Amino acid sequence: MSVDAHTVRQIAHLARIAVADDEVERLQGEINAVLAFVEQLQEVNVDGVEPMTSVTPMKLKQRGDVVTDGGIADDIVKNAPATEDNFFLVPKVVE
Amino acid sequence: MTALTSLTLAEARAGFAKKQFSAAELTEAHLAAIEGARSLNAFVLETPERALEMAKASDARIATGTAGPLEGIPLAIKDMFCTAGVRTAACSRILHNFVPTYESTVTANLWRDGAVLLGKTNNDEFAMGSSNETSHCGPVTSPWRRKGSNTPISPGGSSGGSAAAVAAQLCLGATGTDTGGSIRQPAAFTGTVGIKPTYGRCSRWGIVAFASSLDQAGPFARSVRDAALLLGSMAGHDQKDTTSVDRPVPDYAAAAGRSIKGMRIGIPKEYRIDGMPAEIEKLWEQGRAWLKAAGAEMVEVSLPHTKYALPAYYIVAPAEASSNLARYDGVRYGLRVPGRDISALYEKTRAEGFGPEVRRRIMIGTYVLSAGYFDAYYVRAQKVRTLIKKDFEDAFAGGVHAMLTPATPSAAFGIGEKSGGDPVEMYLNDVFTVTVNMAGLPGISVPAGLDAHGLPLGLQLIGRPFDEETLFSLGQVIEYAAGRFQPEKWW
Repeated sequence: MSVDAHTVRQIAHLARIAVADDEVERLQGEINAVLAFVEQLQEVNVDGVEPMTSVTPMKLKQRGDVVTDGGIADDIVKNAPATEDNFFLVPKVVE
Repeated sequence: MTALTSLTLAEARAGFAKKQFSAAELTEAHLAAIEGARSLNAFVLETPERALEMAKASDARIATGTAGPLEGIPLAIKDMFCTAGVRTAACSRILHNFVPTYESTVTANLWRDGAVLLGKTNNDEFAMGSSNETSHCGPVTSPWRRKGSNTPISPGGSSGGSAAAVAAQLCLGATGTDTGGSIRQPAAFTGTVGIKPTYGRCSRWGIVAFASSLDQAGPFARSVRDAALLLGSMAGHDQKDTTSVDRPVPDYAAAAGRSIKGMRIGIPKEYRIDGMPAEIEKLWEQGRAWLKAAGAEMVEVSLPHTKYALPAYYIVAPAEASSNLARYDGVRYGLRVPGRDISALYEKTRAEGFGPEVRRRIMIGTYVLSAGYFDAYYVRAQKVRTLIKKDFEDAFAGGVHAMLTPATPSAAFGIGEKSGGDPVEMYLNDVFTVTVNMAGLPGISVPAGLDAHGLPLGLQLIGRPFDEETLFSLGQVIEYAAGRFQPEKWW
């Protein structure tokens, strides 16, 4: 399988990464090189094989449904590029 | 007395006990070495004030007899570990100004045991790379050079800064993270010891996430025993990481030096790859001879799905990365590039904040997870991963205690020598290490010799789940036989 220029733009949009027109061809080549490399997985017989979900067998841990942390709003917004009264600021999303 | 920067951990501890030098003096010696080695670009942030403050606190604890197991030991921390109040950028532009308000569990464990933070080391951006060349902070130059040549050599990656810092004696040990070989390959390239423990052995909490089902933290050191001491502090159960395992941490240092008599060592025949350089083959043979001489038995084993590990990895890792790196949106932390609306803000921030390798991997991950391709790529890769793990389980069930392989298919390469148009060429570096991450197993790289140009080569030992002890025992045998390797100072 390989991707065309249209698909490259579509993937970039899904990934929320702006791609300039003059970058599409290079990206297409690089992505297709990786897709060609992974193509060999098609020759593996995976009939009846379960896809891996956990690399070490472990029971999902459970913990008490209690509050263990909180009251650190200042810490949470500390690294934000734009805040106001402990809210994150974003451009207007509703007209 | 040997220079303070060339000590082992055990020697440093003995020196404190005999009052030959203080923790502050040991730290000062390393800070001076770091300053003198800036041309290597191993550190992206030096923290001298904090280091001296921690060292003085160590001296106070040593004086009152309350020293921890790593008291006063100066360490370098890969820029992937969040350190409270100390910038942690994963060597990415998108996190260039991120100062965590919390400490990763692994580093917290090291400070609990008395270690001293010298600074943060360079790595490939978000640990995505095998040469440290994708770092936003520029490449690291290895302290090693080819005989009679000034060509700058890559220390490998992604933990290139940590490996170079340990090799150049800028710290007594360092932390790394390993998703496909990012500890073991740079360890092999720099003549240092590096271990990736079993998945779940070290907490991932507070480590910048790349591929969560593969990422593990581990140490770099100049001897097997030092690596064992460091892992003993780093490992342990953590409530904050649900994949962290609740089982006691053994005395790893005690395992280094234990007899390996009667152990059965698997030699996977699929690791004899086409075009493998003769000196790698020879090194491997030498390793077998060393282990045999120490009383172990060599057994040929088969891991039939070995060749599919790397292609499966290049689906699973980017898929998980695309999901993990969705958090960098220019809203909550890091870089923000304004746009006319929120969508443009996201797209511009991520285009400018991520470097080319990271952008490409996010896009590949997005593609293999997208509707219509999910089963063909992602689900198939996870099925292949099940088969890779089963290969190892079958071999271990056949009575093998560990496996011996080369760590890398070649010695280190020059900076820029492998950054052509085809990303796969660089990926092939991890052909011997990536299987171990795919199966969640522990793997250690131990220096074993030099190539014809005088560059280090490493052997890898692969263990059963949570049997790091056997790896330290075997690694110690190789270290005793091969000796230790130190680059000549030129910087």
